[in-house]
Amino acid sequence: MDFSAAFLLAIRALARNKLRSSLTMLGIIIGVGAVIAVVGIGQGAAAKAQEQLAALGSNMLFVGSGSVNRYGLNVGSGQTKSLVLADAKAIARECPSVSAAAPGTGTGQQVVYGNQNWATQINGTEPQYFEVRNWPFASGTSFGEDDVTQSATVAVLGDTVRRYLFGSSNPVGETIRIGTLPFKVVGVLAPKGTSPGSGQDQDDVIFAPLTTVQKKLLGQEWLRWIMVSAVSRDASYVAQHQIESLLRDRHKIRPGDPDDFVVRNLADVADAAAEQGSVMTILLTIVASVALLVGGIGIMNIMLVSVTERTREIGLRLAVGATEEDVRKQFLIEAMFLGLIGGALGIAFGIASSLVVSRALEWPILIPTYVVVVSPLFAIAIGTIFGFYPARKASQLNPIEALRYE
Amino acid sequence: MAISNPATVGSAAESSSTAPLIEVRGVRKIYQLGETEVHALRGVSVSIEAGDFVAIMGASGSGKSTFMNILGCLDKPTAGQYLLEGIDVSRLTKKELARIRNQKIGFVFQSFNLLGRTTALENTELRMLYSRESKKGRESRAREALALVGLADREDHFPSQLSGGQQQRVAIARALANRPSLLLADEPTGNLDSRTSVELMEIFQRLNTNGLTVVLVTHEPDIAQFAKREIVFRDGHIKRDDIVRSPQVASEVLKTLPKIED
Repeated sequence: MDFSAAFLLAIRALARNKLRSSLTMLGIIIGVGAVIAVVGIGQGAAAKAQEQLAALGSNMLFVGSGSVNRYGLNVGSGQTKSLVLADAKAIARECPSVSAAAPGTGTGQQVVYGNQNWATQINGTEPQYFEVRNWPFASGTSFGEDDVTQSATVAVLGDTVRRYLFGSSNPVGETIRIGTLPFKVVGVLAPKGTSPGSGQDQDDVIFAPLTTVQKKLLGQEWLRWIMVSAVSRDASYVAQHQIESLLRDRHKIRPGDPDDFVVRNLADVADAAAEQGSVMTILLTIVASVALLVGGIGIMNIMLVSVTERTREIGLRLAVGATEEDVRKQFLIEAMFLGLIGGALGIAFGIASSLVVSRALEWPILIPTYVVVVSPLFAIAIGTIFGFYPARKASQLNPIEALRYE
Repeated sequence: MAISNPATVGSAAESSSTAPLIEVRGVRKIYQLGETEVHALRGVSVSIEAGDFVAIMGASGSGKSTFMNILGCLDKPTAGQYLLEGIDVSRLTKKELARIRNQKIGFVFQSFNLLGRTTALENTELRMLYSRESKKGRESRAREALALVGLADREDHFPSQLSGGQQQRVAIARALANRPSLLLADEPTGNLDSRTSVELMEIFQRLNTNGLTVVLVTHEPDIAQFAKREIVFRDGHIKRDDIVRSPQVASEVLKTLPKIED
């Protein structure tokens, strides 16, 4: 029997029991749909996480003053005085994989404008900081290099601070009070949102020239941190290594002694997030595969029922000259067809349900092409594998007994 | 319309008078039912010439069904030889047997065995699905066969829309569609009333007159009277093998029977 005739035969046999065929397909529909939705949502979430990490800054590394152990007393991170401005200059100058480095320190202060007040973080840094963090301005500009050398009392506001102090009016050119000192607002940053690492509001911050914060607010000469950007994402690991050996050298740390600083590579965080995402995707895919497997067992079950029901038909076909192969082919194609249609409907179901989820969670959905191709193929394969036993059973029937079957 | 029969016509040139269509020599069939052996056939030898019309009779358990299954290549003898058109069928593989069933043997069953929700035409095409035949060729031959049994106007009817006699005629058309050398009918009239039975015998006789060999199993002595030869089985042996002296002519008998619409 040629393929097209066998195919037609299978379609008609399935059409004869529409409800049963569709219920049988339901398992496959749910299985394929689940795989596609899960992968789509998972990939979308991973992309979203990557996007958030990219928003932290381009290829960024964080250098913090570290902990040091003096006479058995561990003073805790951020407490050493060894990280200084010269270190930041040296990193920018001497590490080939580093494109820019912005030194910084910070303090918490009460900020007042008119009758509004707000407690926030005041960070002292240099103008290149905003480039390193890839942080655009909503209005106004950054303070300049001159402001740093002159320890000028100028400030750049984060979006949250702007909202609490100024509401809808434009703060640029206005004067606010930080602690006891008046500062002139020169710029407002665009909102950056929550930090994906810590969950902190990154916009709840004020930036001022490094020297101003060091001398006029803190009375300290050393740095709390240096923000570094590497020349590329791949270079960030090399940059990390270069910074570490440079700082150990500059701080005269003997081999074997612990660092008095920490270097955190945001590519690490991104990779960790991506890995977490892929572990999640694998787990969910396993669950979805189990659903597909159950669907396959459903196909086998119905095919077995069908073979029993159609025993006489099979007997007749064998009697009029169908070979075992013909009969096997007929039932295999039916099972494959259940898988195929189920797979196709499953794709539609998967895409539809991921769209619903993306609307609800405001997540992007990324359905890779390979999933759309592979999962229905998998469904057909499942139909074939689970259809094989019933088909074989049908082909092995004894035509004489099958014809007499009541 | 005459039914051409290439298989018999072809072999007629070389062996029509010497080799019979069916030659059965010392065939035995033993079924193993658990511990006990059941001897269904205990050495049966018979030959049937092309163009014969044989009725096989016998009580149930006499071995006639087993004999029919062997003739139909659905079963193989435990011992002995079965030559169909000179080919030793007992040595063929399953696949070759399927091919023989498809090409040379037409089956008609007591319970019609038509596929439900399938039109008469498609039921008739069934055999040809398993031979190399184009869709067009299948259809035209199925139409031809349906016309031969007088159902040209019922092509698109489903079995549920046909009477028993009409269903059996579709089954005969199905058996004829591949132009077999041998038509095997297993109690074809068992489920039919007497007039319809005679109508069916009229078709068998007509086909036989045109050269088709018919072997028919029946319980009813009346039906056997339409055949040319009568073989009676008992206990796995052939008890009697006679020429029917003056066979009934179905078309004549029909004239004497009251007409009923079917």
